[in-house]
Amino acid sequence: MDRLDILESRSVYILREAYACARPLAMLWSIGKDSNVVLWLARKAFFGKVPFPAVQLDTGMELDEVYAYRDQYTKEWDLDLIVIDCPPESEMDPSLPPMTRAAARKSAGLANLLKDGGYKGIFVGIRRDEEATRAKERVFSPRATDGAWEFRDQPAEFWDQFTTDAPENAHLRIHPLLHWTEIDIWRYSQRENIPINPLYFSQDGKRYRSLGEKNITAPIDSDASTIDEIIEELETTQEPERAGRLMDTEAEDSFERLRTAGYM
Amino acid sequence: MRVVIVGHVDHGKSTLVGRLFHDTGQLPDGKLEAIEEMCRRRGMPFEWAFLMDSLKAERDQGITIDTSQIWFRHDAREYVLIDAPGHREFIRNMVTGASNADAALLMIDADQGVRRQSRHHMYLLQLLGVREVAVAVNKMDLVDYDEARFRAIETEYRKYLVGIGITPRQIIPISAREGDNVATASSKMDWYKGPTILATLPQFEHPASAAAQPLRLPLQDVYKFDERRILAGRIESGTLNVGDELIFSPSNRTARVESIESWNTNGPATAASAGESIGITLDEQIFVERGEIASHEMDAPIESDVFHARIFWLAETPLEVGTAYELKIGPKRVDAVIEKIERIIDIDALSDHDATRVARDEIAEVVIRTSQLVAFDDHDNLPHTGRIIIVDRHLILGGGVISQGIYPDQRQAITVRGTNLTEVDHRVDPARRVARNRHKPGVLWFTGLSGAGKSTLAMALEQRLFDKGYQVYVLDGDNVRTGLNANLGFSPEDRAENIRRVGEVAALLADAGLIVITAFISPYRADRERAREAAGDTFHEVFIDADVATCESRDPKGLYKRARAGDIKEFTGISAPYEAPTNPDINVDTSGRGIEECVDDLVVYVTENFSTTR
Repeated sequence: MDRLDILESRSVYILREAYACARPLAMLWSIGKDSNVVLWLARKAFFGKVPFPAVQLDTGMELDEVYAYRDQYTKEWDLDLIVIDCPPESEMDPSLPPMTRAAARKSAGLANLLKDGGYKGIFVGIRRDEEATRAKERVFSPRATDGAWEFRDQPAEFWDQFTTDAPENAHLRIHPLLHWTEIDIWRYSQRENIPINPLYFSQDGKRYRSLGEKNITAPIDSDASTIDEIIEELETTQEPERAGRLMDTEAEDSFERLRTAGYM
Repeated sequence: MRVVIVGHVDHGKSTLVGRLFHDTGQLPDGKLEAIEEMCRRRGMPFEWAFLMDSLKAERDQGITIDTSQIWFRHDAREYVLIDAPGHREFIRNMVTGASNADAALLMIDADQGVRRQSRHHMYLLQLLGVREVAVAVNKMDLVDYDEARFRAIETEYRKYLVGIGITPRQIIPISAREGDNVATASSKMDWYKGPTILATLPQFEHPASAAAQPLRLPLQDVYKFDERRILAGRIESGTLNVGDELIFSPSNRTARVESIESWNTNGPATAASAGESIGITLDEQIFVERGEIASHEMDAPIESDVFHARIFWLAETPLEVGTAYELKIGPKRVDAVIEKIERIIDIDALSDHDATRVARDEIAEVVIRTSQLVAFDDHDNLPHTGRIIIVDRHLILGGGVISQGIYPDQRQAITVRGTNLTEVDHRVDPARRVARNRHKPGVLWFTGLSGAGKSTLAMALEQRLFDKGYQVYVLDGDNVRTGLNANLGFSPEDRAENIRRVGEVAALLADAGLIVITAFISPYRADRERAREAAGDTFHEVFIDADVATCESRDPKGLYKRARAGDIKEFTGISAPYEAPTNPDINVDTSGRGIEECVDDLVVYVTENFSTTR
């Protein structure tokens, strides 16, 4: 087994544990490179089928290419798509810095999904290498219904034994990609021929390294226009992946505040 | 290569990670400035640990609360550095971080020396299965880079490591804060000739592949998304080929692998091995479910409802004898009780003491009894299927590794080998036998320690009942072993088989209308339960009750003396367990009572329960 085989096998194990223990399930599909890989891994785990809905938390602010990708592959991959309209920014915590407040709309959309859908488990395609508070995540992370993350008191998780039962009035965030890196995502997408959103490739010297809403995400300077070139760029860069995600660094703890309040 | 950094709180774990990143030029752009800014705002000197301590609460308190991971590249090899908290409070998070590691780097503060978590962490790592270890004696700058101080700690800790069976790759004197022996050799410790931390990392080796070991495929699920019925799971050890005959434990059903199923691969696979998450179809539609373990028939896992485990306890509420928990062995869930705490292991002195509860952070050897037969392996042979976790509702309370110890594998005892069997009915009705004998048939199953009086009472009771007109016969331990069971030895499996055969013969004799008295120690509840199943309603459990001290003072065959001298291994009551009946049909206390008095009790019991003329 090579490195990608090992990563894939563990993710498939996680997806199957969730399917056996934490139904009803849904997965958050941001339509970026990571959640596309989660969808792909689900088809690996369940032999071509995605046996739970894919949910887009829609702020109406995604780039056009993102909506186009969603519509095309929902059909091609026979997905059960649910689109949740996120509440407006005016309803968000006013003490948050402005970009962070814009991002908080997704947490609020997710809270609505959980309230109405009764889901026991929600797949989220976050990775430990993306961002320092995500590095502290569990694969199966129990959350109260409002989504709050008790990072001071996380459950034990070892030997691939997970907290597969959520307490009453709580759900599990399940993170099948936690152990992957950004380069792993690209190498795997290349090996598996997963369709790539054109926004990731350089146009006029700029490309999106991480896709977010257009009001709070900026492209980076780059000439990488193929997956090989992206991998080459990532192997040498000292720039963090989420440098273009403006809400992360507005204040020392702005992203931590987002996450403890339920953000992905 | 995943390397976990462990050790006592404040011995410099997070600092080392920050330093390694900086000295190898791998800090992301802007990170150094961000850390400087965080420190300035808090009015404190530069703190390397802030690279890993990403939560505000961690930075404010200056300790690591939860485990974290960071990717690190050196010499074409990629490392995941796992930072584990060292505070006693957060052992649960340390275990979470360490369990995913291939190797460990343990930090000891040169000024403070070896502390409790220095030992505790290493003991846990050993239980978790991490064998590749290096030790860093940190903060050498605080002890003026003194060689004698380093050697004293090195000697003390090496002795501890030997005691738990670990040989470290290196023990390195460093200063993480100053950068001595981290990425570059220190000019202040020229008495040290060994490698730096960075030069030690490539010495860590990946664990050997488990592909050549016996096949274990614990089932996660059975899918029926289309016309295929697919059994899904991850191969934990061994190799599986299309066409192999598999046995599923503990249901003991068998079938052949028809195909290995997959999606978006280059054609169907014909084999798969350890580490692969796969799906298979079978040639027969047998009923199997999540939690069963598929293996080859020749090399199947152990099946038992009782075993030893060495456990670590993580929960606030102590573990107590007799409490019901849920157990997980891979995906299998089963109800269980902790039957006995054999000893608590003192991590500091590596000595034992007795206890009735296991407190948080303690490590203990226990006996666990499950509500049904489960399949597992001895952890020393196959680690993945030899691990348990203990669960209460949704919470993971602890973990452990199984050793089967002296408990027998019950697989032999429950497997019906013959096929194409058809039972035929007798023409003599059981009621006619009762009418002729003028008593009901049955099995009086005597159980008790050696020397409790089983044979003596059995023979005396046989004589009394025979004289009263009963059809009665005694099956006695030593008598049976010279004939029916002459081919059996004294291994746990042979002992279990000995009792199984006696149970079946007793049931046949009872079917013939007799009252059968059996006189065997029969120490295991599972064996007696099987004998009860064989005989059905006519089974009566008779506890011949005398404590070890009484039996040892009688010692009619001189066996206790030999067991104490070590001539007889695994002697019941001395070096092997006796599981007393919890609810016997009759309890005959023989300590301080004469034989006749005890036989009188038994005759009354038989008259009341078996006679039809009374």
